[in-house]
Formats: sequence, C-alpha cells, structure tokens
Amino acid sequence: MSTKDRILSRIRRATAQNPDAPPIPRDYLRTHGTRTPAETADLLAAHLTEYRARVHRTDEDGLPLLLARLLSASRTVLVPLGLPPHWLSAADATRIHDRAGSTPRDLDGVDSAVTGCALAIAETGTIVLDGGPDQGRRRITLIPDHHVCVVRVPAQVVDSVPQALERLDPARPLTWISGPSATSDIELDRVEGVHGPRTLDVVLLDTPAQ
Amino acid sequence: MTRTNLGMPSFPPFPEAAGEAVRDEVLRANLRRATHTIRDKRARAVTELTDWDRLRAAGKAVKDHTLRHLDHYLLQLEASVTAAGGTVHWAADADEANRIVTGLVLATGEREVVKVKSMATQEIGLNEALEAAGIAAYETDLAELIVQLGHDRPSHILVPAIHRNRDEIRDIFRSEMASWGRPAPEDLGDDPRELAEAARLHLREKFLRAKVAVSGANFMVAETGTMVVLESEGNGRMCLTLPETLISVVGIEKVVPAFRDLEVFLQTLPRSSTAERMNPYTTMWTGTTDGDGPSAFHLVLLDNGRTDTLADETGRQALRCIRCSACLNVCPVYERAGGHAYGSVYPGPIGAILSPQLRGTGSDIDATLPYASTLCGACYEVCPVAIDIPEVLVHLRERVVQGGPATRAGVRVRLRPAHGHTAERAAMRAARLLLDHPGALRTAERLLARARRLRPRRLPGPGRAWTDTRALPDIPAEPFRDWWLRERGNRH
Repeated sequence: MSTKDRILSRIRRATAQNPDAPPIPRDYLRTHGTRTPAETADLLAAHLTEYRARVHRTDEDGLPLLLARLLSASRTVLVPLGLPPHWLSAADATRIHDRAGSTPRDLDGVDSAVTGCALAIAETGTIVLDGGPDQGRRRITLIPDHHVCVVRVPAQVVDSVPQALERLDPARPLTWISGPSATSDIELDRVEGVHGPRTLDVVLLDTPAQ
Repeated sequence: MTRTNLGMPSFPPFPEAAGEAVRDEVLRANLRRATHTIRDKRARAVTELTDWDRLRAAGKAVKDHTLRHLDHYLLQLEASVTAAGGTVHWAADADEANRIVTGLVLATGEREVVKVKSMATQEIGLNEALEAAGIAAYETDLAELIVQLGHDRPSHILVPAIHRNRDEIRDIFRSEMASWGRPAPEDLGDDPRELAEAARLHLREKFLRAKVAVSGANFMVAETGTMVVLESEGNGRMCLTLPETLISVVGIEKVVPAFRDLEVFLQTLPRSSTAERMNPYTTMWTGTTDGDGPSAFHLVLLDNGRTDTLADETGRQALRCIRCSACLNVCPVYERAGGHAYGSVYPGPIGAILSPQLRGTGSDIDATLPYASTLCGACYEVCPVAIDIPEVLVHLRERVVQGGPATRAGVRVRLRPAHGHTAERAAMRAARLLLDHPGALRTAERLLARARRLRPRRLPGPGRAWTDTRALPDIPAEPFRDWWLRERGNRH
C-alpha cells in the first residue's frame, strides 16, 4: 500500500463512525461598521500610517509631481511593464524593467519600485498585489529598499478582509502588504525594514467614478 | 512500528525541566515582560472586532468540518496543486518526510537551502536530516536565526527567541555569524535596530544566491490548491519567490476547504498571534506561475501522528490549532517555566496536548506534559478556534494514569498505566476509604492534630514527588469538626 493510501485509510478509520460535522456558521460580519467611500479611504490611510507606511493623497494631475518628489532620492526605479507611462513623466530616476534574465542580485542595486495594486483593505491597512501588468513580478516590490504603491480611490478600496477575498483570483500569486517589513523578535521592540523594503509609500489616487 | 519523531532528543520530564527554569531569574523576567506585552495588545486587537465570538465559532466549525472529511479535502488539494503545476508527496512519518525533502534537494544539485520558519520542519528534525546528507539549511526568520546561531532550541511558537535578551543576542551574533557566512559588524551594539540590520546583511547574500527554499504553510486551500504563509520580516517572501525550487512541508491538518474560508482565519490569526490587525506580509501561491517565482513547487503532506490524533475523539480538537500562540502568552505555567521545559517544538498549553498525542505518552516527558497546567482555562478563553485545552489535558491525564485505548501509527492499541502513578492511585484509594468511613476520618484527624509538631517539611517515600513542588499545608491544632462541636455543638 502506498503512503498516500495508508494515510487516507487511517483518516477513514478515524472518522468513519462520526456523524457529519454541523454546518459552518457564516453569521460573522462582512464589514465592521458602515462608512462612506471617503470614510473608508480615511480609515485605510489611518491604519497604513499606524503601521509606519507613509500615506499621500493626490489626483491624476498631481500624481507625476508627487511621484517625482517621492523618488527624488532614487537614482534608479523598477517599473512594471504595464505602469501608465505618464505616472513617472516628471521623475528623474532611471527606469529599469524587470527582465526575465535579470537575477535577484541585479535588482539588489535598484533604489525604488513603483507599482499599482489589485486592491486595498481599509479595516486592516493592507494593500494586495496580484501580479497584474501595473504590478509586475513579486520580487520587484521585495528587493529594492523603497516601494511606492498607487491605490485608486475609491475603486480599489474595500472595507474588509471578506470583501477583499471575494474580489481576488486565487490562481494569481497574491502578496498582502500591511506596512513595511518589520520584526519584533528582539525583546518585542518593533524594528522596520528587515528584508523587505524599509520604506513603503502609499499614494491614494482620487479617481472619480466613471 | 514507525516512531513519531518530533525532532528532539529525549528530554527530562516536565517537572524537572520546569524546576530548573523557574530558578532562572533572567529567563523569568524576559518571559514575563514578553508574555504580558503581547497579551495586553492582543486583548485590544480582538476587542476591535465586535463579531469575534462568531468568527471563533466559524473557525472552529471550518476546522471540524475539514477534519471530518479530511480524506476528501486532501485528495481535492492534491488534484488542485497538481493541476496548477505543483507536485504532491505524502509522508507518513518524520523519516519519510525527511527522505523525500533530502531527495528533492539533492536532485537539484544544490547543497544549501534557505528556510522559512516552520513548525512542521522542526517537528520532523529536517535541518539535522539535511545536514546528515551534506546540505546546509539556513533559518531566515530573525528569531530562528538567533536560535540556530546560538545552538539553541526555540522556546515559543511565534517568537522562538523570546528567552533571549538583546545582550545575549549581540553576543551570539558576534561569535557565531562568521562561521555561517557574513560576519557581524565589529562594533555591533545591542540596539534591536542594529541587531536586525546585522541579520539583514548576513541573510541577504543567502537570499540572493539561494536556488532552493523550504517552507511550511499556515493554510492550504483544497478547492484551489492555494498555499498561504503569514509573516512579518519579508524573509518568507524572499524564500517563497526568489529560488527556483520551493519545497513546502505541511501537516495534513492545515487544509481548509475553500478560498473563502480564509476570510475567517486572516481575521483571527494575526490578531491572536502578533496582536496586529494584519501581519506585514502574507504570500499566497497556487502551484507555479510562469515567469514569476519558483519554477518547481513540491508539497509534502505530513502525517507524523496526526491521523492517530484524529482517531481520538476528545483529543482530535488539538488539530484545529492554527499555531497563533495566544495560549502560551496567557498561561501562568508557561510564563514561569518557559518553552524549553516542554521538551517539544510545541510548547505551552497547546504543546501539552499536542505533543503527547503526536508522540504518544510513552516517554517521561510526554507522560508529564498533561500535568504541565493548572487547568485555569485561560488558554481555552483566548483560543481563536475554541480548542478546549483543559478538557484534553484531563483526558490525557486519565490515559496516563489508567491507560486505555489509543491509536499509534494507525493501529488500535491498549495503553498500560504509566509508571510513577502508583502512589497517586494508592493515595486516592486511601482517601476514598476515609471519606466513606466518618469515624475513621475523625480518628485520623485527631491523630494528625496531636502529631502536628512532627510534621516534616517534605513527605518521605512516594509522597516526595508531591512535596517537591508544593508546600505541605499546616495542620491545625484541632480538627475543624472538633472545633465546630465545641463552639456551636450545643446551640442547635
């Protein structure tokens, strides 16, 4: 008998006499509180800030100048292929694309990465990336020391974790980010920037509903 | 018969190990500060969710439902992972899992792996098995790195180096980093910021060159084949996305039926463990993705005593555990004894019920673990999946003292009572005799009162084990019943 069959038969013997488990109660809340879209965006900003992300707000017209300012200390910036070109129209940093052949070590020297996102969750202060064209591969938001993430408000902001999962595609690689990399392993003192980016800038981009 | 290996050499029984730990004042101070800090923060994080009780009930129900149909969900998971480009392996015990992982690493031609913190791989002693095969395994979680460099053992599920303070960590980094890779800076101080930076530099060279990574997983989704890892530092993301080959060793109880079920646990796990609304990083991957992340993904499904635990109808609830460690932080015993006394990778209240079930109650350490508790119930109160730890503790105590039916390696066996409990049984029989015969009880009480000057500080013979850890109570000059008779006896 293969190991697989052995494990499965042990499970069946262990549970054969048991009645079916009761149905799963789903009466927990879909969101914690009712908010206007503006209040949801405010909550997202507050929770991101609490986790030491730097939050900025602007609209389409102000975005290139804001990004240029956030990248003023960067010589090089990683850019996903599908990032709207005008976002970086005012930035001086040299744009670098994450090519298939480039090694993690090649990317280690890049100063910043700019991406969009799949969505953001207000109640937890989380941005979620799903590898879409304006986000690129997982490694580009991991290796550089600085990540700038643009969130379209209100279209990409949800209130809660349950609302987020409904909108995500599990077949894509998903990265949930709540504040920059952090550790509390030494006497529970929180230290930011262990391996992921030390600095996370989140830009809340006001885009009126179409 | 296969032996369930929890990756640890044999350990002294809990009372002995704990007796030593409680005399270590630095350890007690480190533990007390840490557990109280997390405990208070957790309470605040949980209060924010007004539906906590309902989330807890849902989490419990999802796990119970999955365990009842575990065969079905594992097969579904295997099909989903395979369809998404992964390969699934099944391991009945630690040896088999280690053999599979070692073989997979050797097949890549590599001789080193980077590791994401994982209880399952500690449980099976994977690092030691890899080392024996000439493969270096680097722990990349900061706390695990501290433990590994310090030739030490983890003492907490969430913060494995909780027993170490900053001075000790600085000394470990200074003396040990050089032999594993990039040395610590010459003038390394004890500021957590500096220490974290030293770890960053030390580990970065490993991340950037690693071709193979080994991880566990917090959840596996049967419906979609999605694997989920929650972490904070980004070492997880490094290991899960940069190498070419990813091998995940995961206990079979970590499966959940549907992607939607994550909505419960992604709310309860971070708040219960780190007391945060959400941990900084969560990575979800489904098989392999062209051009992004590892091109080969292997999932090793681990039994190692889990099906035996499933066969115990009272004890199986331990398999609901999502390894949040909230029970450790509220436990008065853990707070004083620390994690090492439990002699297992699973310390604290959950360890006291999980380890003796995964390993059986045959050894001294496993026979004493069900007693490593005051049964105060605080662990049950905080458990986000409502594991009634005290209930299982009492159940296991009964098994230790009286023996009884159990399942070991899939076989129904009848356990004999463990050694060392004969005195307890004799004392209980004597007590029953006295309580059944009021006259004898009165005589015994009077005799005791008269002989009270002779009361020793510690009991001789078999009673000694009891007084090793407890003060013998004072004997009153006069039995209560005599006092009552004298004071009140003539008034009714």
